Amino acid sequence: MLNIIVCVKAVPDPKEACNIKIDPHSKTLMRCDVPLVVNPLDKNAMEAALQLKEQFDVHISVLSMGPPEAGNIVKECLALGADQGFLLCDPAFGGADAYATAFTLAKGIEKIGAYDVIICGMASSDGSTEWVGPEIAAILNIPVVTMVKEIVESDRDRWKVKASLENGYRLMQVKLPAVFTVTRDLNTPRTLSFSGIIKARTKEITRWAISDLGVPAEAVGLKGSPTIVSELSSTESKREAEIIAGTREEKAEFLVQKLADVGVL
Amino acid sequence: MENSQGSVWVLAEQIDCQILGVSFQLIGQARKLADELGTSVESVLLGDHIQEQARLLIAAGADKVYLGNSPQLEFYQPEIYCEMIVNLARERQPAIMLIGSTFMGRELAPLVAARLQTGLTAHCIDLVLDENKILDAKIPAYGGLLSIMCPQKRPQMATVAQGVFPKPELDETRTGEIIPLDVPVDISRRIQTLEVVREATDGVALESAPVVVAGGAGAGDPEGWSKIADLARALNAALGSTRPAVDEGWADLETMIGQSGKVVSPELYIGVGLSGEQQHMVGINNAQVMVAINNDAKSPVFEQVDYGIVDDCREFVPALIKKIKEYQEKKVTC
Repeated sequence: MLNIIVCVKAVPDPKEACNIKIDPHSKTLMRCDVPLVVNPLDKNAMEAALQLKEQFDVHISVLSMGPPEAGNIVKECLALGADQGFLLCDPAFGGADAYATAFTLAKGIEKIGAYDVIICGMASSDGSTEWVGPEIAAILNIPVVTMVKEIVESDRDRWKVKASLENGYRLMQVKLPAVFTVTRDLNTPRTLSFSGIIKARTKEITRWAISDLGVPAEAVGLKGSPTIVSELSSTESKREAEIIAGTREEKAEFLVQKLADVGVL
Repeated sequence: MENSQGSVWVLAEQIDCQILGVSFQLIGQARKLADELGTSVESVLLGDHIQEQARLLIAAGADKVYLGNSPQLEFYQPEIYCEMIVNLARERQPAIMLIGSTFMGRELAPLVAARLQTGLTAHCIDLVLDENKILDAKIPAYGGLLSIMCPQKRPQMATVAQGVFPKPELDETRTGEIIPLDVPVDISRRIQTLEVVREATDGVALESAPVVVAGGAGAGDPEGWSKIADLARALNAALGSTRPAVDEGWADLETMIGQSGKVVSPELYIGVGLSGEQQHMVGINNAQVMVAINNDAKSPVFEQVDYGIVDDCREFVPALIKKIKEYQEKKVTC
């Protein structure tokens, strides 16, 4: 049995994320009730695990840290075919930066116990850091390959993977247990099936709070975060467009002329 | 520990024995920060046959280069590289550590940061010091700028993309120290880079292109995208993209412009079918002239460019290509 843990994050729906803005007066975020969804790249992580489960004897655990509502995205992963779901949920975990998040997830992984492969999306669509996967690996003291775009060999104790590089790739050989962060190129995530949703109804989500993980409050959340967001400021554009009018041909002609006049054509 | 206490570090990177542009750019910025802090700039360079290259980091502004020069270091090897940097950082206690947002940097930086239990800011677009001499790393978010700081833990770490800072002048007369590093022997070999494959790229490199055409979701479909690609070809421009265009599968991640992608500084930028999302626009640094084509007159992109065309890009782009070709022919015949 190969034990896979997929780490997923609940993020504001990227399609509506542009509605999240800074309040210029209070300098806090205006969330405008943007719904939480599975971070898009974490769906590729989930898909990788599901494809392995189709070939081998695999047990998939889904792990997330987030507010109670994040239980819905864990549920969604159970409906996709994961065997067990875990949500690390405690007000003390709030305000965590990448390091505190990785630390808390690593403690959750240790508590789950058996793991051979940990798969994460290579980045989150909201925070846009890519640090959680590799930092989990560093904290658990196991190897990591980031930005995996192809799993070449998946033997029981040793994997070969291709990972993205500038204009190419690197072929990596890794001894398990290991962490892999995956890119969009790896696969196309499946969509939910009706039967999956029915099956997931009976699957329970295990919720762990800070007392279950046995870690001090100073090590998690805002208190455990080395970085702080100290200031939100707004930016102003230094440009203003001259809108070129006319018929389609005239607009094209004027634009070419303008660009020629300023010497960039 | 002499004066290395609290210095500003740059983890330099080489590919095929050539130091990357972003490493020089970071040395330039590190020099400014170090002068303000009254400390030195130190750089770590790992590779094989790179003795000569280390001198260039001194010419760019480094006072000390820690040089690992060994066949075992030819390619980025995560365990050895991380171990060497972590050991050295524990010994020398740098105040700041800067790394390029390359594929290597984006893996190595969090490994080093987690081992040192310190904070790491991703893909900064500016690095300054606050009144308490704490590093203030700026990242774009939610239509504004966030200041990320690491007030307690050291080093204060940040990754920065190629093109955010200018390349410093190389001064061959600058002096500095090159300190050889030993490769540790007792490294666990759980992970190995077996092979590195670089593919020849077609077209013009984004970071150095004088003209950049970038396409977004407004392309609509692969056919619309191919018209934008035609425009890039007609202008001998590099073709860039936005996150939605990458998500649609029209463009490679390698072509994405923005905070977590490439940073470009062309003479001419043309944004086609994109809305001026901040995550994309921060990837355009000091463009001389900017043009946007979007069918929505209210699109925020028009607040961020010099010339705007309100039209369906799928219809307008072929018309524009035609006029560009006419202009180019006229130019040749004149």
